Amino acid sequence: MGMTMTQKILAAHAGLDSVSKGQLIKAKLDMVLGNDITSPVAINEFHKAGFTQVFDQNKISLVMDHFTPNKDIKAATQCKQCRTFADDMGIVNFYDVGDMGVEHGLLPEKGLVGPGELVIGADSHTCTYGALGAFSTGVGSTDMAAGMATGECWFKVPGAIKFNLTGKLGKHVSGKDVILHIIGLIGVDGALYKSMEFSGEGLSCLSIDDRLCMANMAIEAGAKNGIFEVDEVVMDYIKDKVFREVKSYKADADAEYDQTYDINLSEIKPTVAFPHLPENTRTIDNVGDVEIQQVVIGSCTNGRLSDMRIAAEILKGKKVKKGVRAIIIPATQKIYKEAMLNGYFEIFLDAGCVISTPTCGPCLGGHMGILAAGERAVATTNRNFVGRMGHPESEVYLASPAVAAASAIAGKIVSPEEVL
Amino acid sequence: MKACGKVFKYQDNVDTDVIIPARYLNTSDHGELAAHCMEDIDKDFVSRVEPGDIIVARYNFGCGSSREHAPIAIKASGVSCVIAKTFARIFYRNAINIGLAILECEEASDKIDAGDKVEVDFDTGVITNHTKNETYQAEPFPEFIKEIINANGLLNSIKNR
Repeated sequence: MGMTMTQKILAAHAGLDSVSKGQLIKAKLDMVLGNDITSPVAINEFHKAGFTQVFDQNKISLVMDHFTPNKDIKAATQCKQCRTFADDMGIVNFYDVGDMGVEHGLLPEKGLVGPGELVIGADSHTCTYGALGAFSTGVGSTDMAAGMATGECWFKVPGAIKFNLTGKLGKHVSGKDVILHIIGLIGVDGALYKSMEFSGEGLSCLSIDDRLCMANMAIEAGAKNGIFEVDEVVMDYIKDKVFREVKSYKADADAEYDQTYDINLSEIKPTVAFPHLPENTRTIDNVGDVEIQQVVIGSCTNGRLSDMRIAAEILKGKKVKKGVRAIIIPATQKIYKEAMLNGYFEIFLDAGCVISTPTCGPCLGGHMGILAAGERAVATTNRNFVGRMGHPESEVYLASPAVAAASAIAGKIVSPEEVL
Repeated sequence: MKACGKVFKYQDNVDTDVIIPARYLNTSDHGELAAHCMEDIDKDFVSRVEPGDIIVARYNFGCGSSREHAPIAIKASGVSCVIAKTFARIFYRNAINIGLAILECEEASDKIDAGDKVEVDFDTGVITNHTKNETYQAEPFPEFIKEIINANGLLNSIKNR
């Protein structure tokens, strides 16, 4: 029996010729990631178990992104604990205010993840790096602690769902609409314990940012990981970032898939996920009248340069509707600077938006844009659970940067067509 | 090993944001986390939960974030076991890694109601509903996972090797 892309990477890192679905393996790790919320728990466990050194000072990344710049004394204390640990252990890839970014924007940009590599992160959106052909998956803090100490992690080899992509994206449609469409199709546990593997001729029209966004939300379908076949788009992206030897894996022709979906990208419309689950999707022509009080454009899902560009193109020469707070959050310092140099900041400021330093901030209801009871936000983030962005009686609608920017102008959820 | 307590019953897709909202993640203190457990879907949980109590839910329990604070909050609030039809995979790993007992059982999830007095035998996987005089059989853990649980968590099992 042939193997999927995911199974090949797992086999290679377990030192095995082949693995099969359901097999329990121990695999070697190329990168272990943590943030300012999950790392403190991992550090406590690491010390409690009596470990005194990490397995490789270059293969751990600690990114202070969730509650930074420190939102309160407790958050400051947690960051301080991470900083001290990084110093004590000699961790090379420690990113703090000034050189940080939202972790899943930052690691690809820094070349810390690459094709064929195996990455765990104590953050559920670690699945993002599947866009580069890596096996990457979210774990908890104890797994992170064990990974930091031993460089290994146990896995149950997953089965997979194949998404065969055809066609080309239409105007104002992006990777966000594709992944929301897919989650609407299969549900929030539609890929539970499984890999989502993306391939097909439609890949060629998807930018690296589209793919990072799609792989990022594989977890919202319950998946263990999302992974894209490596092509020249990926190789071109990593050529000035990753200088290690990398390996691209293609699924075998006889690889076993639990299901296969054919997705025609040409048929996908701008898509919005209604509260309180990412699977509650509606196409933009079916949203009705939903008035909003806040728009957030940013996050590990949609805080990349192309997201900033799309938002700027729509907001250029327009004004954010009175009564709407529009918050723009470039995902990394590099994206922030490029967006500024490209003139997007002037467009945002003239439109009445605010521009935040990189942070996860409002996405998880941390800070920098919390909702009151009864308020609604359109966000380019990844979750719309009860209370996700603030009060349990507030609502989050997930959408693309194009729809979010258009909605900021209209004061309600609309298609970009309606404001251009 | 056995657990016994009254049941708190929830539905599908109980996510980690409602188990422990992110506004409380500026600490990893177990007691502080437990003080806000389930707050956004069940305001009374914290005041009513007693040591040994059991949470029963339906599909995809613990979906969303990787925050280990979620199983920690549940465990620290005194809950002895979570029974669901399925668990989100990161929550599943985290629960095992920190030593919170979890069991997948469709029948138990369907038949147990809030307030029922339920007993769980982890060695046999038998769940006894004393209120309804019924028993249900849960899937036993694979050996590999039993080793982690018996060592009282992942890090202890690594140290023991």
